[in-house]
Amino acid sequence: MLSLFNKQLYGNYGEKELAGGESNLQNEWPLWEVFIRSKAGLDHKHAGSLHAADAQMAIENARDVYTRRNEGISIWVVESKHIHASDPAEGEELFDPANDKVYRHPTFYDIPDGISHM
Amino acid sequence: MHPTATLKLYYVLQIADNALITAQRLSEWCGHGPILEQDIALTNTALDHIGTARSLYHHAADLYNALTSEEQEAAFTSPALTNAFAQKGKLEEDDVAYLRDAWDFRNVLLAEQPNSDWAYTIIRSFFIDTFNYYFYQALQNSNDEALAAVAEKSLKEVTYHLKWSSEWVIRLGDGTDESHARIQKALDERWAYTGELFLSSAADQAMLEAGTGVDLAAIKNQWQYHITSIIQEATLKLPEGTWMQQGGKTGTHTEHLGYILAEMQYLQRAYPGMEW
Repeated sequence: MLSLFNKQLYGNYGEKELAGGESNLQNEWPLWEVFIRSKAGLDHKHAGSLHAADAQMAIENARDVYTRRNEGISIWVVESKHIHASDPAEGEELFDPANDKVYRHPTFYDIPDGISHM
Repeated sequence: MHPTATLKLYYVLQIADNALITAQRLSEWCGHGPILEQDIALTNTALDHIGTARSLYHHAADLYNALTSEEQEAAFTSPALTNAFAQKGKLEEDDVAYLRDAWDFRNVLLAEQPNSDWAYTIIRSFFIDTFNYYFYQALQNSNDEALAAVAEKSLKEVTYHLKWSSEWVIRLGDGTDESHARIQKALDERWAYTGELFLSSAADQAMLEAGTGVDLAAIKNQWQYHITSIIQEATLKLPEGTWMQQGGKTGTHTEHLGYILAEMQYLQRAYPGMEW
């Protein structure tokens, strides 16, 4: 049967997490995703993941693991199980159709001389 | 009784040695932490302490080099240090760290106590971080510019250390039966080493009078208040014992310091001046 609605969670792809983000090892701390803003005005960018017992510890662990070389001024953390992800197995139908649609890029306009930064 | 210039040197060493020995103990966790993230947290903290120690040893070497020759002779009795001074005519920060023997170290006994397990490590850090937080706050007002500058820089780091160790005390105390029992045991056993933090040595006394040092009696209340509030939140019991260990500030150490120095100083003793 064709499964049209296959719910995926990011944690599914972690080495220890089961579907739904529940840890299969009772004593493991949950997995967290870390996002770092490197300077004011820029977006928070995904920096990596780590284990922590709760959000407070996750922020502090992120501080120690990902900002000790002056990489950031702000940290976001989110438990990995709360991130919903596309299924790698559905990659063909999700992404391949965009391969041959070059006309979706705005590259067919003549830009007048004197317009910079385009 | 030592002259004031020597007592100032000792005072700087009390602070510097606390930082270095604490760093050395914490760095023993490198590669052995219970979880990668905490392994890195501890080694970050160790490096903070080493940074503080370096600045202070630099200052201590300057203070030593400025002493009269009689004062220099009387200040230390470690053979390797006095030999290095006789050869070079001056001391540098590395000499002060690597060439003194245990009896010339002035750290509190608490700093050199073994890591034992996670609970003992956390408790030791909790006592020391709380002390450092209030100590460095007060030291910012020192009339010695170098000390005031080190205090100001270290205070930011120490504030994080204190947050980290306080949270761990609460996590373990208010955690499982096992973690509660272990941190309570560590608290009970290490308690006797906290009195020395506030014991005023000749150096403490002289530097307080000179406007250089910190009033330990004043920060003792702040220390007790923070310790008590965290202990209560952690559902732990404050030990009732009042007998306290002492000796570190005047160079009488527990057996542990010798082993720490043997490991830390080996390379410089075996290959003097070695760099890598």
